[in-house]
Amino acid sequence: MTNNHKAPEAAAPSEGIPAPEGPANLIDTDYVIGQDNITASPLGINLDLHGKVFTFSSLVILFFVIVTLALQDQVEPIFNAMFSFLTGNLAWFFLLAANIFVVLSIVLIFTPLAKVRIGGAHATPDFSYLGWFSMLFAAGMGIGLMFYGVSEPITHFDTAIGGTAMEDGVRTDWSPLGAAAGNQEGAISLGMAATIFHWGLHPWGIYAVVALALALFSYNKGLPLTMRSIFYPILGERIWGWPGHVIDILAVFATLFGLATSLGLGATQATAGLGYLFGVPATNTTMVLLIMGITAVALGSVVLGVEKGVQRLSQFNMILAALLLLFVIAVGPTLMIATGFFENLLSYAVNLPALSNPFGREDANFSQGWTAFYWAWWIAWSPFVGMFIARVSRGRTVREFLIAVLLVPSIVSVLWMTSFGGTAIDQAVNQGFDGVREAALELQLFQMLGQLPLTAITSFVAIVLVMVFFITSSDSGSLVIDSITAGGKVDAPKPQRIFWAIIEGAVAIALLLGGGLTALQTAVITTGLPFTLVLLAACYAIVKGLMSEPRSA
Amino acid sequence: MYKKIMVPVDLAHFDVIEPSLQVAADQAKHYGAEVCYVAVTATTPSSVAHNPEEYQQKLEAFAQERAKVHGQPVSARVITCPDPIADLDDVLIDAIDEVGADLVIMPTHPPKHLDVVIPSHGGKVATHTKASVFLVRPLQD
Repeated sequence: MTNNHKAPEAAAPSEGIPAPEGPANLIDTDYVIGQDNITASPLGINLDLHGKVFTFSSLVILFFVIVTLALQDQVEPIFNAMFSFLTGNLAWFFLLAANIFVVLSIVLIFTPLAKVRIGGAHATPDFSYLGWFSMLFAAGMGIGLMFYGVSEPITHFDTAIGGTAMEDGVRTDWSPLGAAAGNQEGAISLGMAATIFHWGLHPWGIYAVVALALALFSYNKGLPLTMRSIFYPILGERIWGWPGHVIDILAVFATLFGLATSLGLGATQATAGLGYLFGVPATNTTMVLLIMGITAVALGSVVLGVEKGVQRLSQFNMILAALLLLFVIAVGPTLMIATGFFENLLSYAVNLPALSNPFGREDANFSQGWTAFYWAWWIAWSPFVGMFIARVSRGRTVREFLIAVLLVPSIVSVLWMTSFGGTAIDQAVNQGFDGVREAALELQLFQMLGQLPLTAITSFVAIVLVMVFFITSSDSGSLVIDSITAGGKVDAPKPQRIFWAIIEGAVAIALLLGGGLTALQTAVITTGLPFTLVLLAACYAIVKGLMSEPRSA
Repeated sequence: MYKKIMVPVDLAHFDVIEPSLQVAADQAKHYGAEVCYVAVTATTPSSVAHNPEEYQQKLEAFAQERAKVHGQPVSARVITCPDPIADLDDVLIDAIDEVGADLVIMPTHPPKHLDVVIPSHGGKVATHTKASVFLVRPLQD
């Protein structure tokens, strides 16, 4: 899909370069994209990198891998303390910030500002609706839905029906809000509402804010496609110096380690699935081979590029996921899922104000351990997902963009959680099957599928889905990191993205074998705090940026 | 013999395209052919331009400069695609038919081992088009 910009009949003036008469409002800066880049061709391999960002982020990555592996016992308590401090004392901050993102995204849909087109008034989309939407979803949360689709609803249901428990005046239970002791209907409804809360508007609101800010400042304002550009309205020309470098290095850090840890966790689930299905031993060797396999396929796809690689894989996965979803709806408790979809949506709407309330929460375990954790996690992932979404969203209006990034995925999440979680709860409540409840987290999906017909096929499909979602994540991650470390160039030489794809796999293997995955996951989430500030800045930048844009009719 | 010469250019890398520009100018004069300068760019801002429209303007200005050198009619076309590094070959191959070129003159690098993994653009284009392709190596000195 390419757009041709045909030369007008009249010859262009031969002297000087006229200012673009584009319908967008460019930011006037003397900075030239790539001016700080270093180009070289060692061993015949062409390189084009932002010297400082690339060097420092590589060093930071190397340093962290070595430290987490060598001083595991020493660093783990530090990370854990940091993390419990953040979620414990600053939970209100995460909750409040996420609410702001969602409110801003929803309000923007209904304002005239939503008429602004990303890429200028005459820009045309690069991808079809289906290709675009598949990529949004695959990059955003595909893997999480596979992992938590069954386990989260059933966990919340369990804790909610267990009721509240007090010890020395402190709630010790993990149930959301005021729980629903002994009330089965109430527990299902509350559990589903809590799950949808974590996978609905809020995560997508976070992604939407980052993606919209990046897209706006890159496509409409002409700044490079890196995180620092969002800060132009606040820092001005200083973003080209160290403040900007630091923002970009942080983004690389969060993206790479977010990916590496998820790659490790995904390998765990895929290995568990293979063990469940084929009796493949769940050893480190299996996992390392899996990661190497996933990385190899990701390499092939990253070389093929966005259109032929990531887009095709994402579409393939969307079809596969849709089939699995339809299968579960069809052979599972169909009627219950159909009515449950609307009941859960209603229950989500009813409980949303209480669940998202940042202050005076009584369910500290839930709001800090679950919600704040999730928000920090989504926010830590947002540079990666947001940047990828930004890159594929040129040509859409802000309204189209927000509806597609915020509302549609939220609805799909509701349907997914209702089908997978609802089926598992139905098995537990109505069929007296406790397999899912008792299984390890990574096996719960397979236990649920095990109670439905065609287990071998559906479990296999589930494993393939997990793996392909990881390939698409790894791909889009490599593209994003490459672009940041190349100073915002998306056409840097190919060997660089190959380098990053390999590094992701290597870091995942190193941390998996060294046992540093959990420590690092904590560290990644810790980056959620600085990024929350980045996102709040992005909100300001979006409004300011949109105000100065011409609106298409 | 040739009526329209397509010359892929990258305005960000003048040093790379320099030799092929010279060849293109000589051939255009020799055959009295029109020269179409084609650039493939991402939709994101680059070191050359903030957006594709600006790139088009710069490319047209560039083409006019070249016209002064060889005196043949020129045209300019910017083609955008989301991932130019990955899709360059395919985009160029399509562009040959679209602009109706019968000769392509483009720069390429000397053969190297890495070509097995990442083939050269010139080589790929030459094997996928009916037009004649003139690959210009960097000058040896």
